[in-house]
Order: sequence, then C-alpha cells, then structure tokens
Amino acid sequence: MCARCIPTRATRSSTISSVTDLRTTEPAPTLAPERAGAPCEPVLNPLQDHDISARALGKSFGKTQIFSEVSFRLARGEAVALVGANGTGKSTLLRCLLGLIPMDHGTVELLGQDISQLSTQELRRMRASTGLVAQKHNLVPRLSVLSNVIHGLLGQFSGPRYWSQSFAPQDAREAAMAALDKVGLAHLALRRADRLSGGQSQRVAIARALVSRPRLLIADEPCASLDPSAGEDIMAMFFELVRREGMTVIFTSHHLEHALTYGDRVLGLAGGRLELDATAASLSASDLRGLYD
Amino acid sequence: MTDIAVPTRFERPSALSFLGYAAGIMIFLWALNGAGFSMEKALSSPPRFADFAARAFPPNLAPDVLERLGWKMVETLQIAFAGAATGIVLSLPMALLAARGLIFGPVVNTVTRTGLGFIRAVPDIAWALVFVVAVGLGPFAGTLAIMIDTIGFCGRFFADDMEAVDKGPSEGLTATGARKLDIAACATLPASAPAFVSTALFALEKAVRSSTILGLVGAGGIGIELKVGFDLFDYPTAMTVILMIAVVVILIEALSTWVRQKIIGEQR
Repeated sequence: MCARCIPTRATRSSTISSVTDLRTTEPAPTLAPERAGAPCEPVLNPLQDHDISARALGKSFGKTQIFSEVSFRLARGEAVALVGANGTGKSTLLRCLLGLIPMDHGTVELLGQDISQLSTQELRRMRASTGLVAQKHNLVPRLSVLSNVIHGLLGQFSGPRYWSQSFAPQDAREAAMAALDKVGLAHLALRRADRLSGGQSQRVAIARALVSRPRLLIADEPCASLDPSAGEDIMAMFFELVRREGMTVIFTSHHLEHALTYGDRVLGLAGGRLELDATAASLSASDLRGLYD
Repeated sequence: MTDIAVPTRFERPSALSFLGYAAGIMIFLWALNGAGFSMEKALSSPPRFADFAARAFPPNLAPDVLERLGWKMVETLQIAFAGAATGIVLSLPMALLAARGLIFGPVVNTVTRTGLGFIRAVPDIAWALVFVVAVGLGPFAGTLAIMIDTIGFCGRFFADDMEAVDKGPSEGLTATGARKLDIAACATLPASAPAFVSTALFALEKAVRSSTILGLVGAGGIGIELKVGFDLFDYPTAMTVILMIAVVVILIEALSTWVRQKIIGEQR
C-alpha cells in the first residue's frame, strides 16, 4: 500500500477502493464548515497581537499554593518555553490557560477573549483553535491511528460521522492523512494506537493536534516519556511543523537545551512565582539551572 | 551492623478500632439470633438430608422426562439471552446518564443512579411477580424481569467503568473544543469497552442463574418443573432438574470465562 494513500474504510478489507495521492493536495486540505458541520471559528480581533495574555494568575490545591501572581504574554507566532522544577505547577498553568482547570486568581485572555467571561459553549468554540500535546500521548488505545487523528477535528465538526474513520467524510480523512504524512506515519493509518511505539504514538498525537490547524498549541513535556534520541527527533519535527504553520506554541520541558533551542523566549517558574521571562538568545543553560536549585 | 529497632509484629489497635471490632461481633451475634440460628436444628439436619437424598437418587432419567426438561431448559436459556441482551443494550444510555462528569450534570447523575439502585434493590423474583401481573404468565414475563434486572446491574457498573477510565484522552479532545457527547463516544466508550465486555458477560451468567428459578412464580423456564417436582414429592425428577441447572450454569460460566479471555485478551 502506498504510504500516502487513504486507507479503506473497512479495516478488514485489503482492497483499496479509492486511492488519492495527497502529494497533489498540498497544502493539507482545509475543511469547509458548510460542508461538514456548524462553523466554529472564534471571532478574532485582527488588531490583537497576543494569543495569550495571563495576568496575576494564582492556583492552589487545598491549602497548598502552587503559584501566584504569574503574568506573561505570548505574541502571535511565538514559541515560548516554560521551565521549572517538578511541582512548580507548569502543567497546571498550561491547563489553566485553556480553562481545563479553573484558576483561583487572575485572568487569561485566550485569542483575545477573557476565558472567565465565556460560556461553556463559547469556550468550547475558542478551544477549536487550540491543541494540546501531552507528555503521555493520550491516544485512544483501541482505535486506529487514523480515527485518532480525525478526532482532532471534533472541535470544528461534531457528530457520529467523525467518531470513526470508517464513516468520516472524505475531506476529513484526507486532512487526517495529510497530517499523518507530515509526521511520517501515513503508512500506519490503520494500525491500532496501542500497537505503536512511544515515539510513533507521540507523532500521532502531534498529527491529531495539527490536523485542525490550530492557532495555539500547548505542549506539556512532549518528549518526556521518550528516549533521548526519539525525544530529539520529536522536538525537531514538532517545531519544524509549527514554525512552518506559524502557530503560537507554549511548551514545557526539563531539557534546558530544548528550551533554549526551540523557544524564542523562556519563562521560569520557581517558588510559586514567575522568576524568569527572557529571550532564549539572552540566556544560557547555566542561567536556567538556577531555577532548579 | 547498625543498631536498629525491629518493629512489633502487630500494631495495637486504637480505641476506636477496638470499638469497631466489638460492634462488628455484636451485630453478627444479633443477626444470628434474628435469623433463628439453631445449632440443634443444624445438627439434626444431616439425617433428614440423607433421607431426601435417598428418595431423590437415582434422578429420573426417563427419555420422555429428559426431553420435556431439555426443552424447558432451552426456553430458560432463551429467556436469559433475550433478557440479558436487551438489558445490556438499554444499559448503555442509562450509564451515560449516570456517569459522573461525563455528559450530564450531578442532578441527572444522582436521579439515574437512584433509579438504578431501586431496580437493583428489588430482587429479580419480585420483578418476575410484577411482570406476571403485567403481561401474564409465561416466558415473556421472565424475559422482562431479566431485562430490568440487567439494566440495574449493567447500568450502574457500566457507569462506574466509564468514570474509572484514564482521563488523558478525554482531556486531549476537550482541549480541541470537542463536545461532551463526542468525547464520550470517541474517548470514554472505547476505553471502557473491555470492562463493558466483562460486565456484560457477568450479567449473562447472572441472567442464566436467575432464569432457572423464575418459573417458581410462573414466569417461564425450568423453575416450574422444580416446583412441581417438590410439590408432588417427585424428588427424582426434582433432582434431575437441579443437576441439569447445575451443569448448564457451570457450562455457561466456563463459556463466559473463555469468551472474556478471548475478547479482552486479544484486544489487550
């Protein structure tokens, strides 16, 4: 089977009923909302130049304060590394930015809108322009790679047709295959997600996050569960893709070299405060090590 | 070697723990008293049991009796399969309503869970009596009783299974703006599938056991043969029924275990 061909809908069949060479469809096809579901694009302010504006964020779990008075902004297209020792609240902060965990204090403007003022539905629509790549790839283990990637479109298109690759509209399948091709795994489209290696799983998770072409990507230690070599490959591939697409990225990493190599700017959490906010070019690894003391 | 203190083998219980143990023993003795437990009766029962066994053995293996009981057993299994399968299918929407933090809010979750709790609280034989009144004597009443009993069992455990799955995939989809129903369908249900298979097979085993006695209240199946056997003091035939039920239930349990291993084992 050609590595770039869209697989058959029926997984048991080895016959390819329709073959499309996605090389002729570059760039990846975008989905027409009127064809496949309700339009979910957030209303964007064309003058707005920050995708995230966080002001005086604070979060506690019970009586334990995780962080407080954390403020920063992310310019559109910027890649920002968030570093800090274990337990400083990096993952919690990332989830607060998307409203996945409620904050105790402060405000977050996501793509120009204060998320605390949004209704559940408005927040959901807002998230259609965001993506999350987690440390643990978070694929649905029993489903095919292609179905998992198509699920990345669920923010924009809802309904049973998008639940499985077998029933998904052709343009969704083509978009998912294009995303898989970008991460080099188009040939594994019909493999079950739980039969992939760690590196392959993380590539699929990246394809799922990219398939909807989000404006903002949040990556929580995307290579933490991988061996150093696979981790380097994943980071290089991930940032090559997001740079090409002009996406805004905030990512966490314990690899200080990754923070300095892939981040335009570095934020450092220590002692529950944002202790560092500087351009990567102005920093060295020894500057960052101080955050871990 | 450094001088280290070896810990005591048993920790002395706290006063509260001690009171708890004492209360447990008191409740057990109180329950035995209320249950009419009598050592005298227990010791005098073996001769009576031996008398019954002597009159019941050998079981009645006459071809016409075996044929009649065989068809009744087939009907029993039909009641069990039809009732359990329908109940398992209807349990899924109930479980989606009952699962906390999945699609619906706490009010819907609590109301549904209370309803499922009520269904479970009423014994299957009582449901059979209700359905005999509602739809008349026969296997259909038994099928409905098994179905409602299965909904109570599977609805609750399917909901628990869905609440217990890894939340990572759900979070990944939430971050892309997916709706709750899509998240349940794409992340929660596939992750719960092995647990669902296991629960559904337990429900089927339970249904087969239940269906063998629903005939006692006229709800179809082989239970009526057991009742008639005892009522007419035809103990050999009653023994045949008991042995037949035991063999079928053991076979169904073995089959269920094999299917469970086959499905869950292969799909990891």
